[in-house]
Order: sequence, then structure tokens, then C-alpha cells
Amino acid sequence: MALRIEPRRNVTTMTRLLAPVTAVVLTLLFGASLFWALGFEPLTTLYAFFIGPVTTLYGISELLVKAVPLIIIACGLAVGFRANIWNIGAEGQLIMGAIGAAGVGLFAPAGLGMLLLPLMFLAAMLAGMAWAGIAALLRARFSTNEILVTLMLTYIAGFILSWLVRGPWRDPMGFNFPQTALMPADGMLTPLDPRFRVTASVFFALLAVGLLWIFIAKSFAGYRLAVGGAAPRAAGYVGFSEKSAIWTGLLTGGAAAGIAGFYEVAGPLGQISAVISPGYGFTAIIVAFIGRLHPVGILLGGLFLALTYVGGEAVQVSYGIPAHITRVFQGLLLFFLLASEFFTSWRIIRSGGPV
Amino acid sequence: MELWIAIFAGTMTAATPLLLAALGEVVVEKSGVLNLGIEGMMLIGAAVAFWLAISGWGLPAAFVGGALAGLLSSALFAALALLFMANQSASGLALAIFGTGLSAMIGMGFGSQPVATLKALDLGGLSDLPLIGPLLFSFDPMVYLTLATVPAVWWFLTRTKSGLILRMVGESPENAHAIGYPVLKIRLAAILFGGAMAGLAGAYLSVAYVGIWVENMTAGRGWIALSLVVFAAWRPWRALAGAVLFGGFTILQLHGQILGLPLPSEALSALPYLATIIVLVAISQGRKRRLDVPASLARPYRPGA
Repeated sequence: MALRIEPRRNVTTMTRLLAPVTAVVLTLLFGASLFWALGFEPLTTLYAFFIGPVTTLYGISELLVKAVPLIIIACGLAVGFRANIWNIGAEGQLIMGAIGAAGVGLFAPAGLGMLLLPLMFLAAMLAGMAWAGIAALLRARFSTNEILVTLMLTYIAGFILSWLVRGPWRDPMGFNFPQTALMPADGMLTPLDPRFRVTASVFFALLAVGLLWIFIAKSFAGYRLAVGGAAPRAAGYVGFSEKSAIWTGLLTGGAAAGIAGFYEVAGPLGQISAVISPGYGFTAIIVAFIGRLHPVGILLGGLFLALTYVGGEAVQVSYGIPAHITRVFQGLLLFFLLASEFFTSWRIIRSGGPV
Repeated sequence: MELWIAIFAGTMTAATPLLLAALGEVVVEKSGVLNLGIEGMMLIGAAVAFWLAISGWGLPAAFVGGALAGLLSSALFAALALLFMANQSASGLALAIFGTGLSAMIGMGFGSQPVATLKALDLGGLSDLPLIGPLLFSFDPMVYLTLATVPAVWWFLTRTKSGLILRMVGESPENAHAIGYPVLKIRLAAILFGGAMAGLAGAYLSVAYVGIWVENMTAGRGWIALSLVVFAAWRPWRALAGAVLFGGFTILQLHGQILGLPLPSEALSALPYLATIIVLVAISQGRKRRLDVPASLARPYRPGA
């Protein structure tokens, strides 16, 4: 008896949902065995990782603080991924966005008042777009691989950040720490509740989800882009141009990552230092995938991956398990997702037997 | 003169891990598979090799262990890319992220403990020759081994029947399958070879090049190795030239301050990454370029599906 596979003809919403859910379950199971192998009581540790952190209001606030950049960036990246444009360097675009926002916050003339925050927002968005725009220009003009260019630009952005906070932008009153001065009060978002760190950025994350939904489901441009990614030749008939897809895909991702950088600077960070992100730009790629490039999926995926950050910190504090376990979980989640997708798009049948 | 000799020697050792990883990836991509996870496999190889070295297993075991660790981690990628026909870019990325986390976990207990790094070969009188000695005969054995891999991979790909079959699988898996070659097994072998080479590259980095454990010590070298494959147009000899070029940029950054270049150290550190972009742009033009790319690169294939 031999086995062979054939494509599933009718992929329902249920089967489409199955892959991410299976991936999450498998990650949890694997996580439990990993904790057990490290010598911890698996269920208690799993609880401390995935449930414990969100049993308090403070924990939920921290979860949202981490989910916001992930959701915003993933929404931007999804636009490019739908067109098969691989922007892997959102981390660098986030860094440039944060630099843009901090630059305006630090050096804009005093007395801008209410105008300062919008200006920082704009500067961050443009900086993120400019950084992604380099990759777009090179891909559109010279067909240079955007995966490698966006990644290299991420390293370069890291060095620019490091140079700024150790050199020209270093806080003269900062005891030589590699960081800038704090943003002026006008350049900071007020937390929604003085006890917690979460700010109005959560509403922007929801807005990003809504915008992505409109773009995908309601706009012709979104339709054209998706056709272009799936079937380039057919896309020619609906007026798809590869160049405009490259620009749209990369600039949207860059803008989103830049904006996420703004919310970090004006929100939880309040300044920039040598390290400003625990890899949000990379994790957002997983969020986009686990959300199947769909706005609602991204919203849920962003919350789950934010949980891996918060949970990693929690088990480090309470059990001394290295917080790097977060990255292991994130990588595994993507592994399991990619494997589960196989079973939702193909079915295994016995060849020779009744079909 | 001393300085130039030091720069040359440094260039060769900096080029070695890049070259090892790039040669592995050349074989992988020639079989039609794109494994973006080099950075992760290198890190896992580096961590395992370092662990073996500080546990007193000796450097040969460290290198073998690093290569095996790279090979095992590439098997994860192979399962996704070959068995489950997953998107190869996403699978490679998952491996890169997973490897970063796993290597950091393995390396938690290493602290700042140093290992005795790989020594230069003692070639007796040869190493003492003026000029030629330090330029040609005073490297560690891995440098020579890596250099020897270049003609070996070239010979395999262009002069052996197996190499021809591998390239056929990369150009047209359908035809290779129709003739009766086991496409998936050949691709699996290529992926595992690439994983072992990346693991070896990581091992070289941790127990020969650096000698202490630093989290994320590859610092993008895995990605640079990927660029190198494109730069080399999938040809082993050009990969050697590229690795030396990139190695040179790394060393220039180290010696930049000594040479008195009026630039902040970050600008020099960014140099290899900037150079990668410039080189990628310079080589990505022209029609001939596209003919070099293995025709089925990154396209999932499964016989009968």
C-alpha cells in the first residue's frame, strides 16, 4: 500500500484555521516537554509561562505593550508578503523610525505643544519608509534581492543607532550611559492608566488591523497586489505592475515599522538607547504568518507572540529559565505552522485504493 | 610590512567561516533549495562546539560536534521544505530564529570562560621563511581544509556524475524524477551537507576565531554567506574570491582605527554590511545573471504531487 498526496479541492475557513491552532497546540506540548527536560514541573511552568502573566491587570497591560508593535508591523508586512515581497528587515525600519521620532523629540524647538507628537509620528513613519525605500529602489531598479538588502540595512541601522546614542545624541547628563535624554513631556504619550504602561497606541494597532482589512477586502489595489503575488501572469490583465507592487509592499512595511518605532519612543521607552527592541521586527514576521496574512489572524497572532515575550520574562524571574526560551518558542511556532499548513492544503490518500 | 602581513592573515581567517558556509549553501542551492537559515545553523554549531571545547573534549571533537549540530538543525528545515513542501523562505527564517534562541540557551552557562583556540600548524622551516612563511604557512589547519574544499566542491559539481545529477535536480526536478532519480533524497543530502558546513563555520567562529562565547556571535555572517552565494554566481572559486573580499572588509574594520581612518568605529563596523549591499547591486544587473540562478530555486517539488 503506497501513500500519495493530492491537493484539497475545497479549503474551508475551518481547515484554514486549523493550521495556526494546531501549531499553537503543538508548541505548547513541545514547550511542556522542554520544561520537563530542563527539570521543571511541566504543567506548572507552562501555566507560569502562558497563563500566569495575564492573570493581573498589570500583566495584561504589559502584554498589550508588547502586542502593539507586533500587530502594527505585521499588518504592514502582510501587504508585502501578499505580493511575494519579502521585507525581512522591519527591525531596521523600526530602529530608523525610533531614531526619526527621537530626533524630532530632542531637537524640535520648544513650544510646539500638541504639534510635537504628530511631528514625531510623521518623522518616524518617513524614516521607516525611507529605510525600506532603499530596498524598494534597489529591487525595482536593479532587481536586487530584497531579503538580503533589508537584512543588511537592519545591521546598518543598528550601527547608526549605536553611533548616535554613544556620540552626538548622548545625554550629557546621563552618566555616560549610551542613551539620549528623555523626550520632552509634550513628546510623550500619557498612559491610559497611571498605574500601567499601556498607551493609546493600542487604538492605533486596532486601526492598523482595520486598515489592512479594508485594503485586502475592499480595495482594488489590494486585490491586484494579491493576484500579483499568486499569479503574476494573470495579474497583468488587472493592471498589476511588479514595480508598483515592490514599492507598495516595501513602503507599507517600512511605514508600519517606523510608526511602531514612534510608539516605542513616545511610549514605554521615552528615549532611545543602544538596544531598543527585543526583535519585534523579526517576531512580527511570525505574527504575519501565523495570522495567515489576515487582519484578524494578525490581531490574535500578535497577542499570542506578545505572550511568549511576557511569559519568557515571567519564567526567568520565577524559575530562572533563560528568557531566550522565547525565541525558541517563536521559532518552533513557525516550524509547526509551516508543517501544519501541509495538512490543510493537501490530503494523504492510499494510491490504488478507492479514492 | 608587519601590518600588511597581519591584515592578510586576518583576512584569511575572517574569510574562512564565510567560505565554509557559502560553499555549503552553493551545493544546497544548486539542488534547487534555498535555505535561508544559515545564521541559525551557524549559531547552533558555534554553541555546541564551544560547549564541547570547554568540557574538555578537545578541538577535533568540537569541530565534529559543531558540524553534526548544524547537520541536525538543517534536518528540521529539510522536513519542512521537502516533506511538507513549505515555503522555503519562511522555513529558513524559522530556522534562523530558532537557532538564535537555542544557541543562546545552550550558551547560558558559558559565562566569559575562554577556550584554547585552534593553533596554527607548525610547518617547521616553511613557517619560518621570510615573508612567504607568515603569508602562506602559518595558518590553522581549518583554513587549509576550507581552501581545499573549494576545488573539491568545484570538482564535485562540474566533473562528477553525482554533481551533474544534483544540478539537474536543481534545474528541473520533474525531468530528474522522470529519468528515475530520487529528487527528494538528493535534495536532502544537499541540505544536510549545507547544514554540516554551516555548523563547521560556526564552530570555527567560536573555538578558532573568537575563543570566548558571545551571544549572537555570528553577527549576520550567515546572511553575508548567503549574499556571497549570489555574488559567486553559484561558483565555488568565485565564492573564495568573495569570501576573501568580505573577510578583508571585516579586517579593515578592525585595523581602521590603527590605520587612523577619520571615521567613527560604527561606520567601520557597518562596512561589511554596506559592501554586501553594494556588491549585490553591482551583480544583480543584466540578463546573463538570471541564467546563473538554478531554475527551480526555492520552488517546492514533490514527485507525484
